[in-house]
Amino acid sequence: MVTVAELSGQSEKSGGSRSTSSPVFRELRPGPAQRSGCWHLEHPSGPNAPWTMPLLTQQIPDENDYSLVASLDNVRNLSTILKAIHFREHATCFATKNGIKVTVENAKCVQANAFIQAGIFQEFRVQEESVTFRINLTILLDCLSIFGSSPMPGTLTALRMCYQGYGYPLMLFLEEGGVVTVCKINTQEPEETLDFDFCSTNVINKIILQSEGLREAFSELDMTSEVLQITMSPDKPYFRLSTFGNAGSSHLDYPKDSDLMESFQCNQTQVNRYKISLLKPSTKALVLSCKVSIRTDNRGFLSLQYMIRNEDGQICFVEYYCCPDEEVPES
Amino acid sequence: MEKISSDWKEREGFSRRWWKWRPLGQVCEQKPATGLGLTLLVTASLSLLFLAQLSLRTVNSSRSAYACFLFAPLFFQQYQAATPGQDPLRCKILMKSFLSVFRSLAMLEKTVEKCCISLNGRSSRLVVQLYCKYGVRKTHNLSFQDCESLQAVFDPAVCPHVLCAPARVLGEAVLPFPPALAEVTLGIGRGQRVILRSYQEEAGEGARRGLGQGAEVGWDGAGPRFPPVADPTDSAAKAMVTEMSIGGEDFQQVQAQEGVAITFCLKEFRGLLSFAETANLSLSIYFDGPGRPAIFAIKDSLLDGHFVLATLSEPDPHPQDLRAPELQRPAPQLQAHSTPHLDDFALDDIDSYMIAMETTVGSEGSRTLPSTSPSPGLQPHCSPGSHSEEEDDTEPSTVPGTPPPKKFRSLFFGSVLAPAHSPQGPSPVLAEDSEGEG
Repeated sequence: MVTVAELSGQSEKSGGSRSTSSPVFRELRPGPAQRSGCWHLEHPSGPNAPWTMPLLTQQIPDENDYSLVASLDNVRNLSTILKAIHFREHATCFATKNGIKVTVENAKCVQANAFIQAGIFQEFRVQEESVTFRINLTILLDCLSIFGSSPMPGTLTALRMCYQGYGYPLMLFLEEGGVVTVCKINTQEPEETLDFDFCSTNVINKIILQSEGLREAFSELDMTSEVLQITMSPDKPYFRLSTFGNAGSSHLDYPKDSDLMESFQCNQTQVNRYKISLLKPSTKALVLSCKVSIRTDNRGFLSLQYMIRNEDGQICFVEYYCCPDEEVPES
Repeated sequence: MEKISSDWKEREGFSRRWWKWRPLGQVCEQKPATGLGLTLLVTASLSLLFLAQLSLRTVNSSRSAYACFLFAPLFFQQYQAATPGQDPLRCKILMKSFLSVFRSLAMLEKTVEKCCISLNGRSSRLVVQLYCKYGVRKTHNLSFQDCESLQAVFDPAVCPHVLCAPARVLGEAVLPFPPALAEVTLGIGRGQRVILRSYQEEAGEGARRGLGQGAEVGWDGAGPRFPPVADPTDSAAKAMVTEMSIGGEDFQQVQAQEGVAITFCLKEFRGLLSFAETANLSLSIYFDGPGRPAIFAIKDSLLDGHFVLATLSEPDPHPQDLRAPELQRPAPQLQAHSTPHLDDFALDDIDSYMIAMETTVGSEGSRTLPSTSPSPGLQPHCSPGSHSEEEDDTEPSTVPGTPPPKKFRSLFFGSVLAPAHSPQGPSPVLAEDSEGEG
């Protein structure tokens, strides 16, 4: 009886005697089928081939049959970004040759997109023009952090991600220190995502802030308030966040010449309210980000773009769109 | 008054927040630092009174603890109070909302440069502005309730026993007590040693008996020890008792009889101590016998803080018999107050000692204290007109936090009970108010 941990440790000794068993890697523990002997695998390249990527190739000998193959030396570069949009259970993934976009929506009012461009991956191949599937994001994140979510100095978890196409599960091969975990996550019918039609030409006001300045504000939002009111104006108060809670109202004002303000382009005074419960999850992205761009268009739609620097110094973006709550009552 | 849950979790949250306040105070224009000390009393609300000094007062939901802080104008960079002749400005706000302004103290210490609190008669908001780094400004407009003046009558001068020590000494002395311990007994042992001993509720009977014996033999190590061995069957056997004995030389003042002892809530005491410690102040404790309120005072040139905590009554096997002797003892002291109605309360010395006034704004009597009470026997704390619904709302909310009647008694509402004393001793504090309603 061999556990997965032993599997790779003993791989060289037992390499010669592998035979194909049903490809059961859903569980880390060997199932009843494996109890009688070792967890055997046959490497297609021959019994003496080095034990490198046996799992990947044993089922589908031809890698070209995968519609999506992506590999990554540091899985945290992916999991961190996904955590920034993890406020609902399910996500829709779109992959094109440029990279993967993962979308999470709530209440038909808020949408979060994480962009993981192809350059983040060490290998990234998409066979079709675009690949789309829906997946349980919670499970995906659990699998990605199966070796632990906090980084251990000197150890990196590598990831190889394969998707065979519509109806197939997403396969994850995670390796750390010679230990390989295989995860298969069933994919679901992709759902149509919202089109916010947020066009940069319609943007009225735009502010780029250092995230540091907003972090505290968002983490301390008065959640007894139903809405977060955002005022952007070329005149005072320039940029104001307001809440109206049980204890009274609070206003947070950022002057336009503040050192936190990287860019201030406001053309017209706009006061919009957004459901605080919908915006609060964006705190996850805010916490990870170094800069945030806040834009509103002519309809009062809000776009929050977060610039996130990963552990390798690469830049990724997470974007939140949110509909305004209602017309601000004249007072 | 508002309803507030009195669970311990919340209490801890409050006191944690509270004691870190001092450092922030130093960067605030108006240092509300110490004001938040009041929160350790699990208060529903905080009264702010802008007079010649800023006063912050609060009382806990079971009314067994009261705190009052006075800030000298010099405490602030700028202090502007109502001009003479104007009605003093005051407001009562939910402690929760006040604390929410200062939610993350660590962050505040880093980012807030100054703090400005303002209240004016026209607006119905208390405005707290925090001026932060990078020019960021936070403005909180806190709603408040109809003003009431909260006033406890107490006078340290009438307390026969006084202890005074650097807060550090007492702070270190309470350190070994288990965090969950509710009450602690403070007493004077032989050789003017000050003794702090954990009070076990389960071993209540035994402990009290032990305390009594201890008192007789002078709290020394030679006589019968606590817990008494007399009753090995009760839960005292499983209880651990912690006792700290501090030499009188560590105190700046020990003016107390050997053998006196009082029992009070440790939680409030801890909070108070940690504040006094961070402020590096001395703490004076003025106390009398069991069941009589103890006054804890800290003072420096800019602020003045008083905490009044109820103490545990001695077991009272024959309450009726004990009435008479007690009647005589406090009477001379009470004359110091020279308030005419006090005689009505003389039966209950706590109540004659401390009376809370809660009246609505504009009632001038609110600051002239007990003498205005029209019918002292029934509702001395409150004039009939001001006996609003709000007041009634308080009552159910205080019930969960109200200690068992045999233990701490309300410092403030006890007097209401005076005419209703039944043979079975004090009834729940809150019953009488509905009667007074009519």
